[in-house]
Order: sequence, then structure tokens, then C-alpha cells
Amino acid sequence: MDSRHSGIAISVKGLKKSYGKNAALRGVDLEIRQGEIFALLGPNGAGKTTFVEILEGFRRRDGGEVSVLGIDPDHQPMALKTQIGIVLQSTGMDRYLNVAETVKMYSNYYPHPRPVDEILALVGLDAKRNERVLRLSGGQQRRLDVAIALAGNPDLLFLDEPTTGFDPSARREVWEVIKNLRALGKTVVLTTHFMDEAQYLADRLAIIANGHIVAEGNPETLAGRDRMLATVHFSLPEGVTPPPQLEVTTKVGTAFEVKTTKVTQDLYELTSWALGASVDLVDLRVDRPTLEDVYLELTAVGAVSGSKEEK
Amino acid sequence: MMNSATMLENQLKYVNKAFWRNPASAFFTFSFPLMFLVIFTSLLGHHSISPQRGITVDVSTYYVASMAAYAVITACYNNIAIGLAIQRDSGVLKRTRGTPIPSGVFILGRLIHALFVAVILVVITAAYGKFFYHASLPTGTPLVEFLIMLLVGTLTFCALGFAITCVIPNADAAPAVVNASILPLLFLSGVFIPITSTAPSWLIWIGRIFPVRHFVLGMDAGFVGTTFNWMDVLIVAAWGLGAFLLSYRFFTWEPKR
Repeated sequence: MDSRHSGIAISVKGLKKSYGKNAALRGVDLEIRQGEIFALLGPNGAGKTTFVEILEGFRRRDGGEVSVLGIDPDHQPMALKTQIGIVLQSTGMDRYLNVAETVKMYSNYYPHPRPVDEILALVGLDAKRNERVLRLSGGQQRRLDVAIALAGNPDLLFLDEPTTGFDPSARREVWEVIKNLRALGKTVVLTTHFMDEAQYLADRLAIIANGHIVAEGNPETLAGRDRMLATVHFSLPEGVTPPPQLEVTTKVGTAFEVKTTKVTQDLYELTSWALGASVDLVDLRVDRPTLEDVYLELTAVGAVSGSKEEK
Repeated sequence: MMNSATMLENQLKYVNKAFWRNPASAFFTFSFPLMFLVIFTSLLGHHSISPQRGITVDVSTYYVASMAAYAVITACYNNIAIGLAIQRDSGVLKRTRGTPIPSGVFILGRLIHALFVAVILVVITAAYGKFFYHASLPTGTPLVEFLIMLLVGTLTFCALGFAITCVIPNADAAPAVVNASILPLLFLSGVFIPITSTAPSWLIWIGRIFPVRHFVLGMDAGFVGTTFNWMDVLIVAAWGLGAFLLSYRFFTWEPKR
């Protein structure tokens, strides 16, 4: 188990793919480690799905090198298929089979399937095992998708926009299932355009725009966002002024904002002053540039080298 | 690959389960031909027609053969084309493509299941004809000829079902495309209304080009006692081969955009 964690699950070098004159991927380099949840973020049409479908063996690349679990998807698609699990964007399945039958049917396609009961427990569908697929909610169908992807007991799972179009509680359900996969030591490659999803789930992530990887790192430090200015927000009662040590950046009515590089010190000044003055700091909070701020900046039109060629 | 036979057996089991639980497929494939058989024979059962010079049969016997042919066509052509178009649109085919099951095993599962349903329908149709109308059933050489026609016809209409799926744009359009392509042919080929010698020659010629007429003639021979013509089998088989080659080349597992 431990040796696998240090290994590389996916290695991509100089990957290129075009559809006619449109370049979808313009030389992508990426390494994904075994046992991590890796999120690939990017706007629609950025090349996420093309990238993932090349790794899965659905599409052939035009150039570059790809190794998935040591296998070249273009050369040994069958060998690859026995070792990966795929959750597509659409949740298509036979509506008239029940949950257990569906998983059983797919597990028969694999040389070393995982027991169906174990899979159903993992995705939390054991209580629904005899329910017809057509009676499942959206979140339950998605969990069944993950169950099907687990049927062959793969080391590597691909999830393509697993929660697009879901309500918040269904998204939570699916997130918990994905988190459980990490505990099993699976490598998970996830595409999404939800920042909170990447932030909640991913160990590492990359942002893809215009066929390039424009940033790569962990969600907390991506593109140096941990080193950017933090903002302290708070409100004070009418007529009360904040301690003079704080350099207030903006003031709107009774709401204050302090942009700072020394968050700990400023918070200490503020809260000790408030305790002494018996002031209740309603709605005190500290913000850093969110993943979304970083993302929007990196994927903005013209932000990327090469984007000028586009249309 | 691993154990294709086990995989096929497993595939058949689930295709069959899904088929009987789907009210639309079970109704249109299964009940429709039998319902038509009851309606046609009840309406016209005691007239007689002459499908070939010197042979006169009860209309009921004629319809037993026709509806058996119709049942085979629905079970294979309609059922496979509509079923696959829905599976392709909803992403089932693409998902399957991402698993290690060989495409041949998946396709063969559909084909054998269609054959199985077709045989059950033919047996029920024949039993109904025998029981209510004393329709004569093929024995001896005609039975062998009949079974060959049945097998070739089943394979051909399955292949045609795969082929038409290539031009069906999406699941919503599937029933329309399938019915528009098959219903006129069923009429032009004497499945619903017997084609007599007074029929205009253009109509007879259109029927002769397509496989339905030849398939019906082959099925008729077993029940009605008309001459069995190997040329009918060959023409049906040629259509099947052509359809197989086309689908081999153009079949897609992903939804059409």
C-alpha cells in the first residue's frame, strides 16, 4: 500500500489533440500520484473532457506520451479497461434492473471483481439494493454510477463532473462517497467546474484553459493564493471606532475591512481591544482570495499564452 | 479475452430481465403481433384466398404465417433499433465501451435475445393458429426450410436494426425512424393485406427489392404450402450481410451530438 502511494499513477508529456483545425489540447504535461484525489478544473470547452477521455482510452491522441498505470491507452485499451473505473457525465443505465443486479452485471465483465455487497455498503446503497434504477433519486443514481465504476475493483477511477446539475444535498451525498474512495487507497481523477468541490475533495488540482495547464498545486496554495493579502471583515456598533493600531482599508457604514499580511497580529489587536472595550464583534471573519478568485483570474480571456490564436 | 461464454450468458440474463420489465418493449414486441393476429383472423378468418395459382387457403392460415413474420421483424428490427438508440443516447453504450466486455459479446447478447423472443412469438402464433383455426403447421422438409428462413430472417432483421441505429439521430426520433422505414414495407410486402394478382406492378416491384417480401414468402411456404424458393433466402441473407457491414463500419457507441 505505502509503496503505491509514492508511485505515479498517470504520467502525461506533451499531449496534443485537435479536432479539425481546433486545438483542444496544446501540449499538456501532468503527473498524478497514486492514492490521491486529483481535480482538473476548467471552463467548458477548455479541454477537460478531451484530456480525460484520452486517458480512459475513448479517444486517441495526436501527439505526446501518455502512461496510465504503466499502460499506453492507445496501445492496450483492453488491459487498461480491466484496471480503471469510469463515471461519465451522463448517468445512463438500464432503468428496469435493480441496484444489486446492475452492479452484479457490470462486475461480471471484470477478471477480479469486488463483492457486490461490499460495493453497495461503500456507496451507501445497501438499503436500496432491490430498488429499480428508475426509482432512484439523482444523488442515488450517481452513487450507483460510482458503484458500477468500482465493480472491477480498480486502482484508478475517473469521475467526469460528478455533481453537475445536482442540488446541494445530493452533492454532499456524492462527495462523501468520493471521500471514502481515498480511504480505500484509490487514485481518483475528477473533473469539475465547481471550486467548492475541488476544495473539499482534492489533494491536488490543476486548472486547464485553452488546452494548457495554467496552474497546478494543492487547493490551499494554488497560484500562491496563501501568500496573497488576507482581508479581515468586522462590524462595530454605531459610533464605535476600531483600535488605531489597525490600518482600516475600507469602511462602509459600520462595516470595516482590513487588508493585511499579518493576520494573526491584527486579529489579536482587534479581539483583545474588543474584549477590553466589551464590544461584540458581530460577523468577524477572515478571507483570503478564494480558489474561485484565482481560477477566474487564470482562466480569464487573454490571461493565457496562446489564447490569442483562439477565434 | 477472459471467459466470453460466461460473459455472454450473464449478458443475456440481464438483457432478458430488462426486456420483460420494460412495459413498452414487452407490449409492442410481444402483444402487438398477437393482438393483430387475433384481430385479423377474427375479422377475416373464414374467407379464403389464393396466394399462389392452384392453392387456396383460409385467410386465418395466411395470417398465422404473416403475423409470425411480423413478430420476428418487430422482435428484431424494431426492438433492437429503438432499444439501442435509447441506450446510446442515455450513455449506457458509452459506459459499456469503458468496461472490458468485448463489443462482440455485448452485440451478440442483444442478437441472441432477439432470436429467443422471435422464436417464442412464432411458437405462440403457430399454436394459436393450430388451436383456433386448424392452420396446418410445417413438418418434414418444409419445417427445415422454414427454420432456415426463420434463422436467416432473424439475423438479417437484427443486422438491419443495428444498421438503422447508425442513422437514428437520437432516442426521441427512434420510434419515428423505425416505423417510417418498416411500416410501408410491411404493407408493400403483403404482411397486413394479402397481395393479389391484381396489385399494380410497381407495388410488387418495390416489394421485391426489399427483404420483407422475401422473408414473408419464405415463412408462408411453411404454413400455406406455397413453393419454397431458395432465392428468397439468398436475398434476405444478402440484405443481412450488407446491413452487418454497414453497422460494422458506422455504428457508434457515443450519443450523437
